[in-house]
Amino acid sequence: MATAPATHEEHDLGHHEQSFWEKYVFSTDHKVIAMQYMFTGMAMALIGGFFAYAFRMQLAYPGMEVPGWGLVTPNDYNQLVTNHGAIMIFWVAMPVLIAAMGNYLIPLMLGCDDMVFPKLNRLSYQIFLLSAVVLLSSFFVSGGGFGGAWTMYPPLSTKAEYSLTQLGSTIFVVAVALEFVAFLLGGINFITTAMNSRAPGMKLYDVPMVVWMIVVASILFMASVGPLIAGAIMMLFDQNLGTAFFDPDRAGDPILWQHLFWFFGHPEVYVVLLPAMGIVAEIITTFSRKKLFAYRTILYTVFGTGVLSFTVWAHHQFVAGIDPRMAHVFTVTTLLISVPIAEMLFVYIATLYGGSIEYSTPMLWALAFLVEFLIGGVTGIYLGASGGDIYMHDTYFVLAHFHYTFFPIAIIGTYAGVTYWFPKMFGRHMNEFWGKVHFWGTIIPFNGIFIPLFFLGAGGQHRRIADFTVYPELAQMQPWREFATVALLIMLAFQVIFLWNFFYSMFRGRKAEKNPWKANTLEWVAPSPPPHGNFPDGLPTVYRAPYEFSHPDHDEDYWPQNEPPAEQKA
Amino acid sequence: MRSRGIGNIQAVDVPPRTPVVSDGVLGMMLFLLTELMLFAGMISAFAIAKAGATVWPPPGQPRLPIEATAANSLVLLASGALLIHAQRQFSRDRESARKPFFAALTLGTGFVLFQGFEWVQLIGQGLTLQSSALGSFFYLIVGVHAAHAIAALWMLARTGRRMLSGWLQPSQLATAAVFWYFVVGVWPVVYGVVYW
Repeated sequence: MATAPATHEEHDLGHHEQSFWEKYVFSTDHKVIAMQYMFTGMAMALIGGFFAYAFRMQLAYPGMEVPGWGLVTPNDYNQLVTNHGAIMIFWVAMPVLIAAMGNYLIPLMLGCDDMVFPKLNRLSYQIFLLSAVVLLSSFFVSGGGFGGAWTMYPPLSTKAEYSLTQLGSTIFVVAVALEFVAFLLGGINFITTAMNSRAPGMKLYDVPMVVWMIVVASILFMASVGPLIAGAIMMLFDQNLGTAFFDPDRAGDPILWQHLFWFFGHPEVYVVLLPAMGIVAEIITTFSRKKLFAYRTILYTVFGTGVLSFTVWAHHQFVAGIDPRMAHVFTVTTLLISVPIAEMLFVYIATLYGGSIEYSTPMLWALAFLVEFLIGGVTGIYLGASGGDIYMHDTYFVLAHFHYTFFPIAIIGTYAGVTYWFPKMFGRHMNEFWGKVHFWGTIIPFNGIFIPLFFLGAGGQHRRIADFTVYPELAQMQPWREFATVALLIMLAFQVIFLWNFFYSMFRGRKAEKNPWKANTLEWVAPSPPPHGNFPDGLPTVYRAPYEFSHPDHDEDYWPQNEPPAEQKA
Repeated sequence: MRSRGIGNIQAVDVPPRTPVVSDGVLGMMLFLLTELMLFAGMISAFAIAKAGATVWPPPGQPRLPIEATAANSLVLLASGALLIHAQRQFSRDRESARKPFFAALTLGTGFVLFQGFEWVQLIGQGLTLQSSALGSFFYLIVGVHAAHAIAALWMLARTGRRMLSGWLQPSQLATAAVFWYFVVGVWPVVYGVVYW
């Protein structure tokens, strides 16, 4: 044994016995912070899901007393849809996919003991928690929470006489701004750690795909969020200090906000998509026992997607008022960006081709991600073309389209990741049978919710209306709305199975060994669950790429990254 | 430097990792990437507002002090140059870095104070946040720059305290310095777009 690990261990074991607060609340350990992000994200997902339940009940059975909420007034309805969107994107997808998965996986997969800036990491979570509390507090101020859609378009967001939520609008912007600060700190940590703290021998092409994806997502986030922060400051000034940045009456420009927002908003889609794509890449290689097809091609594709994602934002303004010549440019770039994403899907399918596929629960989720996201991508083509968008704009077709992208990303991707790394996180297995029941009980109703919404949208049903029965031509489509709501209720009911399986397995599940899936990446070298400092036997050294499954020169069908070559073993 | 273990297997052909850019500097540069985009967002918003206005500058608003601010800009640029000099000296002879470092800090503080003085005068002349689009954007962009300048100066002051106590590492100096270079470097753009 070399001398270096000894000094390292002294460094780690020199810690005094930690109290409960130090260990679980004010910890700087990346794994604890990851769990904090994950559980906060799960709690927010329950709230966001509850909101969806409340407004879907109103849509299917207008005017009913919704159990658990009461009568959904038009004002309530606006607040519910606005905060459902904001919560699911900013307080569920981002914390779980980027912050929780990134914090948990990056140091473990790179073979180091923690993030580069552990205190910044802790601060990141604390600010995030604060942002969640601030957002939820907006429901309890006079006028209630903000109801002008999660995109906060002025004048609804800036003028209290339109939104009727003077304080709620400001709190909403502040909460989103705080959330950005949290992810800024997280992103700095992720990228710096990936660049500077990789295990000895791990070259950039040996970094597992999910780490690369989270790093690129962080770069995208950091490069795109600046203009939105500028917009958020301007909006706060407009709301509270009497400026007129977005007020056309006083020489302002409301479309300016849309540009600043979507300059961030569109890369944001890829910010959450890429980590999910990375999680899926890890799972499909492990459960098809095949090397990831075209590692470098995927990597270059990801970079290309990242660059391209900055040039598509104005497809959100096709109807709002944009020079038609610019609309053509943005149509072309928008349709172009489906090429790299389609390419990645094909490459993933090529990875599956000829593999010995095992339909474990994580694998089912990963495969479902590919299928469902494909539907989301294909329906986006109708909207990316400015001609099609003018007809479809602000209808349920748009809504169904982006739920077919975000649900696979935020929910299917998360379930794939959680079921795959659960044995590592908690040292126990989840129940496979109930895992599969939960899988089918989620996937089938999910399609049941959103396929009808495509029909409704194509039939001309506008978004943001609390009661469609007052429009005779839309009222006749009521059975579709009821169908979607019933599907939602079924899907929500099946989530109870997941929660039970999750918490039961955490304490009572079958014990997991170090490497239960026989995977190659470094997190499987650490004990399950990894202790503080991650690698008690010394930090690993890397000898090969992360996906050496079924290698002809190796007896076993997997070849861990840290296993030294045969001649060095002797 | 954090301790990095080599692993439980003696590896001869795997060299230890030496980062090209230190953790602190890389982290700061990533942060500044976001801030660069923040300024890009504000400045392009301002350019659009300016281009779309029928009359510019808005009538009845005071003229911005172009000349005085030009002189003040030179003070800021000098501060940046002095810091570059201090950083170079620090890697050769730590003692000789002190003078240019604190001179840079003083000039930087002077820049911020003069800008504050200018604000007070402009508010007196009737240029406020609400008075016109020019006022709104002026205080927004210059104010955000000032916030960055103050944060960077605070960081430099802490670095200076470490320098005096002899605990300063070159990478720590570089981290704070990169922040200040950003503040100095973005200012000519702000000046060119907002004042002219």
